[in-house]
Amino acid sequence: MTGSGTDGPMSETDDRTTGTAAGPPALTVVRPGALTTVQDLGRPGHAHLGVGRSGALDRPAHELANRLAGNPAGHATLETTVDGCAVRAGTAVTAVVTGAPCPVRVDGRPVAWGAAVRVPAGAVLDVGRAAGGLRSYVAFAGGLAVPPVLGSRSRDLLSGLGPEPLAAGAVLPLGAPCGPPAHADAVPWAGPPVGGLVLPVVLGPRDDWFTPAALRTLARGAFRVAAASNRIGLRTEGPALERATDGELPSEGMVLGAVQVPPDGCPVVFLADHPTTGGYPVVGVVPEAELAAAAQAVPGTPVRFVPVRG
Amino acid sequence: MTAHPVGAPPRRPLRVGPHALLVEVAGGEEAQALHAELLRRRAAGTLPAVTEIVPAARTVLLDGLADPQALAADIVRWDVPPLAASGGTPVVLPVRYDGADLAEVAALWGVAADEVAGIHSGLEFRVAFCGFAPGFGYLTGLPAHLHVPRRATPRTAVPAGAVGLAGPYTGVYPRSSPGGWQLIGRTDAVLWDAAREPAALLAPGTRVRFEVSA
Repeated sequence: MTGSGTDGPMSETDDRTTGTAAGPPALTVVRPGALTTVQDLGRPGHAHLGVGRSGALDRPAHELANRLAGNPAGHATLETTVDGCAVRAGTAVTAVVTGAPCPVRVDGRPVAWGAAVRVPAGAVLDVGRAAGGLRSYVAFAGGLAVPPVLGSRSRDLLSGLGPEPLAAGAVLPLGAPCGPPAHADAVPWAGPPVGGLVLPVVLGPRDDWFTPAALRTLARGAFRVAAASNRIGLRTEGPALERATDGELPSEGMVLGAVQVPPDGCPVVFLADHPTTGGYPVVGVVPEAELAAAAQAVPGTPVRFVPVRG
Repeated sequence: MTAHPVGAPPRRPLRVGPHALLVEVAGGEEAQALHAELLRRRAAGTLPAVTEIVPAARTVLLDGLADPQALAADIVRWDVPPLAASGGTPVVLPVRYDGADLAEVAALWGVAADEVAGIHSGLEFRVAFCGFAPGFGYLTGLPAHLHVPRRATPRTAVPAGAVGLAGPYTGVYPRSSPGGWQLIGRTDAVLWDAAREPAALLAPGTRVRFEVSA
């Protein structure tokens, strides 16, 4: 790891940037894909400074990839978007691809999705286009060892914290493996929400800013995932929710899963890179466990909200 | 602290999903006082475990609670002391008062352009809350007659260190970004440095003064 321990008494003997001829374990990006970012479990605890949580959008998929690679849940993985990515391994490394199912190849040869695969030194791991869903997760034994920012290696696309999204030629250092890869007889995959995304919404804190008709629209309306969705929020298109009040809401704290309704009336479900404060009313909150499905919903997917009274 | 009508609850807890609570109070002073009380209770170990305490304009959000409803029932009964008028040493930010909206602000204030620096640097501010970008603080302390509207058209790029005004707030852009605040000057102070401890120069509750620099 860089960025830590360089001024300690052990720094000379602990310096992993010198040593073997092959250099420290690292990956080189061959094909970055549409948007591939480094993600871990994020940086909770800094929202009061304007720093959001960030972290893997499909957290169960991220954690599964780590587990199968023999890593703790908090090790950093790659989160791809739609068309995967490809990296060259500097030294032999174990890798696991989970999340959106996709073809996985090592030097062109098909290998398993959802299982530990060996990538020899110099070989290219290619994570292909998602066959369903949006985001695949790629864990490497030892994890990605880019320098952490405020305790996390996650790229927050809103605040700009964390490592830049992958670019061709970029080098990603790897940590030391800390355990053998795990074996799973069956890899759970809920599947992309093809038939439609059903999101329970705990009403509040600002459901009283909307008319009774708007709350009925929320419950019965045919919404779809909008193409403008990203790591900040799942945007929807569909019937507009009508406000009961024209007032302006002073900025207030926002949580993961908050369903914010901007002036156009189309609900936005806040995902990991959401702003920490906002001035549009939040009609309700989607519980965190339901957001992994939202992270895999492709644009056009029908969305149904199921309001729940607290 | 504004007196509230007898019988009216001093704070209203609102449900925010299964693990959070938004506590609404009468105004900015009350929000800052509640935030200070929450930090005191957390330091004393008498607050239930919580991941985030996020003050804002007239609310404080508590996220990561095991039982938000239990805290909601408790928090309405708290006796929250009003915000202490002073205490501690303020952070002092040197400012060159040469912002692009200086003349506009002077006109809104009804003073000459060269009087803005003296007025702004003569006040003491407090970070009410942060948001918009890492380390961007919303500073209160402007008397009501100095509140100015945002620009009708936001700028696509405001430089890092720009000192601005909007509504009841003054603030400093931690980095170059789009922005709609009226700009009165610029500071070289580094508001945000992720490699620094603490990364944010201004955190909620921090007292701030601006100083005229050449």
